[in-house]
Amino acid sequence: MTRHAQLAKTFLTCRDAAVHHDHTFWHVRENRDHMAQAVPEWEQLRSLASDIKAHTLSHIDTYLEQFEARATSNGVYVHWARDAREYCETVLHLLKEKDVTKVVKSKSMLTEECQLNPFLEAADIEVVETDLGERILQLMKLPPSHIVMPAIHIKKEDVGKCFEKMLGTEKGNADPTYLTYAARQHLRHHFLTAGAGLTGANFAVAQTGDIVVCTNEGNADMSTSIPPLHIVSMGIEKLIPDLESMAVFHRLLARQGTGQPTTTFTSHFHRPRPGCEMHVILVDNGRSQILSRKDHWQTLKCIRCGACMNTCPVYRRSGGYSYSYFIPGPIGINLGMLRDARKHAGNLSACTLCQSCDCVCPVKVDLSQQIYLWRQELDTLGLANRQKKIMSQGMQLVFNHPRVYSGALRFAPVINKLPRRLTGVRINTWAMAHEMPQFATKSFHELWKEGNL
Amino acid sequence: MNIGLFIPCYVDALYPQVGVLTYRLLRKLLPESHIDYPLEQTCCGQPMGNAGFQKLSNGLVEKYDKLFSAFDYVVSPSASCAAYVRTFYPLTYRHPCKAASHTMDLVEFLHDVVRPASLPARFPYTVSLHNSCHGVRELGLSSPSEKVVERYSKMRSLLSLVSDIHIVEPERPDECCGFGGMFSIEEPHVSACMGMDKLERHIQTGADFITGPDSSCLMHLQGLAMKSGKQIQFKHIVEILTAF
Repeated sequence: MTRHAQLAKTFLTCRDAAVHHDHTFWHVRENRDHMAQAVPEWEQLRSLASDIKAHTLSHIDTYLEQFEARATSNGVYVHWARDAREYCETVLHLLKEKDVTKVVKSKSMLTEECQLNPFLEAADIEVVETDLGERILQLMKLPPSHIVMPAIHIKKEDVGKCFEKMLGTEKGNADPTYLTYAARQHLRHHFLTAGAGLTGANFAVAQTGDIVVCTNEGNADMSTSIPPLHIVSMGIEKLIPDLESMAVFHRLLARQGTGQPTTTFTSHFHRPRPGCEMHVILVDNGRSQILSRKDHWQTLKCIRCGACMNTCPVYRRSGGYSYSYFIPGPIGINLGMLRDARKHAGNLSACTLCQSCDCVCPVKVDLSQQIYLWRQELDTLGLANRQKKIMSQGMQLVFNHPRVYSGALRFAPVINKLPRRLTGVRINTWAMAHEMPQFATKSFHELWKEGNL
Repeated sequence: MNIGLFIPCYVDALYPQVGVLTYRLLRKLLPESHIDYPLEQTCCGQPMGNAGFQKLSNGLVEKYDKLFSAFDYVVSPSASCAAYVRTFYPLTYRHPCKAASHTMDLVEFLHDVVRPASLPARFPYTVSLHNSCHGVRELGLSSPSEKVVERYSKMRSLLSLVSDIHIVEPERPDECCGFGGMFSIEEPHVSACMGMDKLERHIQTGADFITGPDSSCLMHLQGLAMKSGKQIQFKHIVEILTAF
C-alpha cells in the first residue's frame, strides 16, 4: 500500500470521526452548490476566471513589472525572492532592521510552504498566528489539515483543553462562543504589542498595485492596523491584471470556498498607513519552473479556494494528514509532485479519477488529468509500484494477443472453483471487503463464435 | 448503419449476458443495420493507463483504431471504457482518431442516435440509478451535480420508457462509489468505505435494484453487498431495457 493508503486506513479506524469529517466537508460542498446554482452565469464566470489566469500567467513578466512600478509609486517597497530561503531571509532582514521581536500573522499558505515560522522562531522572533484555526493549531503544534478550514478536524472539547492549558480558560468549558471570546482577548494583546503584521495575498492587482486579502475574522485588518510595519508575502501567480478581473474572482472565491456570497472582509491594501511602512515580497520558489511545464502549468491558475478538497470523496474519507504534502486533496497531490516528485509520489493513489474536482474548480484546472499524467511518469522516475507494473505487463501480454486472451477466457471459470484460501484476503486485497465476482461459463467471445445470440 | 460492438474484457468474461442483450436490443431497434463484433478485440487499456502504464497499452489503441475505424458507430455497454477510448485515445495518439471519436456508450447511443419512442419492456420494481463518474463527467450521460447547467439524465429518460418501473436516485447522486479500477486494490480501505457509503444511500431509497451503465461500479458494489449480507440486487441498464 502507498503511504497515503496506509494513513487513510488509520484515519478510517476511528469511524465516528471519519463520518463526521466526510459530513462536514460534504456540507461545505452543498453550501457551495447552493451558492453556485443561484448564479445563472456561473459557468461563464469559471471560463472567464480560467482565461484571465491563463492570460496573466502567459504575460507574467509584463504584469509583474507593472505591479512593481505601480506599488512602488504608491509608496510600497517591493522585494523579489527566488526561493524559500531568500524569502525567509528577506522577512527576517526587514524585522531586524526595525528591531521587531514579535509579529502577528494572518493566514498564509506561502509562509507554510516556505516554513517561515520556524525560521523566524530560530532567530528569536515570536510569531503569533491570528486566524483562529491557525492559532489553535499553533498552540497544539499541529500543521493545517485543509487550506481554508485548517483546524476543522479538531473537536471543540480538544480546543477547550488546549485553551485551559495555554490561555487559562475555565476547566471543562468547551462552549465555542466562550472559547472564541477567550481567543479574541488573548489575540488583542498581541495585536497591540506586535512590531509587525504579516499577511498573505489572495490577489494582487497589477493595474493599481492593490494587495487584496479576504478573511472572515478581520484578523488581517487587525494585524495591519496597529503595528507600524506590514509585510505581504505572495507567490507570483497571485497577480491579476485589473479591478475588473478582481470582480470576477471576488464573485467566485467565497462561494466556492465556504459557500458564502462573499468573505466577511475583503481588504484592498493600496499604500502604507501614514508614518508606517508596507513591503511586498514577490516569491517564485519554483513557480517559474512550473510555468515552463507543458502538462502542469495550469496548477498555477489555482486560487486556493479549497473546493477540490471539499468535493474529493477520497479527501473526505482520509483527512488532510494522510497526504505527505501540506496542501492535501487534488490540488495538493499535484503541487506536491511539482515540489518534489520522489517525496510525494505516495499521494498519487489518492484519486479514483472521478473528476468531481475538475467540475468544481473555479479556474478549470484539469486536476484529475494531471494526476493521471503524473502516474504515467512514475515508471520513468523509478517510483512505480512493482506489483502494479507486473499486473500491467501481464495485461499487456494477454490483451495484445487475442489467442492468449481467448485461452485465458476459457480457463477463467476454473477460478470460481478455487478454494477461498487461494483467492482470499492474504493475496488479494479486493477480498477484504468484497465477495469475488464469478466468471461466466461461456464468455461473450465464445457465444458470438457459436452464433448463439 | 454499420455498428461495431465493443464488449470490454471484463464484460466479456464476467457479464456476457450484458453483451448479448446489447446485441439483441440493437438488432431489434435497428433491423436495417449491420452489427458486427470484431473478434480480435480485448481491452481498452484503461486498467493499465490508470495504473500509470499507458505506454503498455499503445498496442491496444492502435489495434482498436484498426478494428473499428470502418464502422459508423462503435457501441459499448460500458460507459467508463467508452469514455476512456473517446477521451484518452486522442491523447495517446496526439491526433484525432476516427474510431475513438465515433465510440459511444450504449445509453448515449440509444438516447442520442436511436431515440426510440417506446420500448417493449416491463420492470415492475423500484430502481435506483447509479450515475457512474466517467459516464456523467466524460460522456455527459447526466448533468454533473457540480455544474450550473440544465438538469437532465439520459438513463432516466430511457428507463422511463419501461412500463411499471419506479425510478429513484440516491442522495449525493453522482458521488463516486470508490471503484476506480486499480484504486480499489491500491487504496482498499478508502475504496470499501466509499462503496459502503454509496450502497447505504442506494438502499435508503427503498430500491429493489441498483442499475447503471457500468458493470464495473456494479461489480464493486455487488461484491460489498454480498460480503456484508445486503439484499439489494444489481442489473446493468440493458437488462432492464430488455426485461419483460
